[in-house]
Amino acid sequence: MSDKRRKWHERLQVTLWTLIVPPTVWAVHFLFAYLWAAVSCAKTGFFAEFPTLFTAGTVLALATISLSGWIAHRQTRLRGDPPPHERGTDIDRLRFLAKSTLLLAGLSFVGVLFTALPVVFIGDCR
Amino acid sequence: MRRSVAGKFLPLWPLMLAGCNRHQSALAPFGLEARSTLSLTVVLAAGGLVIALGVAVIYAIAARAPEGRLTHERGMRLVLWLGAVFPTVVLTALLIWSLPAMRPLPATGQDLHIRVEGEQFWWRVAYREAGRDPVLSANEIRLPVGRTVVFELTATDVVHSFWIPGLAGKMDMIPGRTNRLVVKAEKPGRYRGVCAEFCGLSHALMAFDVIAMEPAAFDEWLAVARIPPRPTDSAIYHRGEMLFAREGCGSCHAARGTPSGEIGPDLTRYGERLTLGAGILAPTPGNTAAFIRDPHRFKPGARMPAYRHLRQDEALALAVWLKQSGAQEAKR
Ligand code: HEC
Ligand SMILES: [Cu+2]
Repeated sequence: MSDKRRKWHERLQVTLWTLIVPPTVWAVHFLFAYLWAAVSCAKTGFFAEFPTLFTAGTVLALATISLSGWIAHRQTRLRGDPPPHERGTDIDRLRFLAKSTLLLAGLSFVGVLFTALPVVFIGDCR
Repeated sequence: MRRSVAGKFLPLWPLMLAGCNRHQSALAPFGLEARSTLSLTVVLAAGGLVIALGVAVIYAIAARAPEGRLTHERGMRLVLWLGAVFPTVVLTALLIWSLPAMRPLPATGQDLHIRVEGEQFWWRVAYREAGRDPVLSANEIRLPVGRTVVFELTATDVVHSFWIPGLAGKMDMIPGRTNRLVVKAEKPGRYRGVCAEFCGLSHALMAFDVIAMEPAAFDEWLAVARIPPRPTDSAIYHRGEMLFAREGCGSCHAARGTPSGEIGPDLTRYGERLTLGAGILAPTPGNTAAFIRDPHRFKPGARMPAYRHLRQDEALALAVWLKQSGAQEAKR
C-alpha cells in the first residue's frame, strides 16, 4: 500500500511523545481550572457566572484527548502482526505505545471531566 | 455452640443505640443541608453494600467454576467492564447527583445574620438584621424555621469549629477570618451543637443549645430581646445588683443593664437559657451558684476566676438574680 492511499491518521505514528499528549492536556486543563477559579474569585468573588470560556476550554481539552485516543486506537488495529505483542520489534513497540496511549486517553478524559464538573456546578469561592 | 462476634457483643447493643438521639445527631436532621447529607450517606452505604455483595458473588462463582470453563479473554473483558467502565460510570453519576447538594444555599443581605465567635470555651452570639442594632447573647442560638439564616463564624483566640450535626456540616472558626455558613432549619425543636476542633483543656465541654422556633415566635422573641432590661424594685434585685457590682463581675459580663464587660458571656437574658457553662449543666440556681464559686471544677481552664470567698448565700443570691433576667423580661 502506498503512503498516499493510506488514510491520514494512519500516516501519523504514535511515539513516546504522542503518548504523553493526553496526560499533558489533563495537567494543563487542571492548571487552567485552578487559575480560572482563582482569577474569577479575585475579580468577582464567584466563579460560575461566566463559565463559557471555561466550558470551551474543557471541550477543547476533551476533543484533543479523544482525538489522540482515537488515533492510537486505529494504530492498535493496524493490519499485519498477530498477537501477542510483547517482543522487541518495531511493530510490537508501536502497538504497545498505541495501546498505552489509548488507556491514558481514557483516564485523562475522565480526569478532565471530574475536574470540570465541580468548577461548573459549584461556583463558590470558599 | 459458638456465638458470632456480633452475638458476643449483643448486651452492648442497647448501650450503643442509646448513644443515638434526635438531640444532636446527623442521623436525625432538622435542617436542609443535614437532610441531603443523610440521604447521600444512606445511598452511598447501600450502594457500597450492593457492590461488595456483587463482588463476593462473582468471586464465589469464579472459585467454584469447573476447570476450563473460564477463559482468559472473558476474564479480561470482565475486568474492563466491571473494573473500569462500571466504576467510572457510577462515580460520574454520583458526582453529578451530589454536586447540587454541595452548592451553598443562596442568601441575601436581608436574611437574618447570626455572628458566632468561638472563645475558649464558650460562644459569643450576635443576631444581626439589616439596619438594626445587634442583639447579643451567648451559648445558645435561636433560629426561625423555614427561613434562610446566615452564620458568620469566627474566633478570637484559637481555631474552633462550629457544628450543629442535625442542621448542617461543620465549619471552622478561624481567628481573623469570617466563614459563612448558610442554613435552613426545617423542624422546630431543641437541639445541640458542639465545638468540633480541639481547642484546649475544656474543648469537650464547649457546646451550645439550638432552639428552632416557628417564625412568628422567633420574631416575637427577638423583639422582646431588643427591649433593654429595666430594674425591678425588689430586695432580691437590689442584693444581686449590689453583689454583681461589688465582685466586679461587670468588668467581664454584661447583665441586666449593668455597665457591660465583654470578656465573658453576655448574661442579660441568662434566665431563659437552657443550660449553664456552654451546654454542660442544668442552669438551676444551685448549679449557677456552684459555677460562680468554682468554675474550674466544672470547666478546667475556663477564663473566669473562682469566687470561693463568696458565701454560699451570696453566690445563691447572684444566681437567683441572674436567673430572673430574660425569663422575667419575656413576661412583660
Ligand atoms: C475575668 C473575667 C470574668 C469575671 C470577673 C467573671 N466572669 Fe463569669 N465568666 C467568664 C468567662 C470567660 C466565662 C465563660 C466560661 C466558659 O464557659 O468557658 C464565664 C461564665 C460565667 C457564667 C456562665 C455563663 C453561661 O452562659 O452559662 C456565669 C453564670 C458567670 N460567668 C457569672 C459570673 C459572676 C456572677 C461573676 C462575678 C461574681 C463573674 N462571672 C465574674 C469571665 C468572667
Ligand atoms: Cu472550641
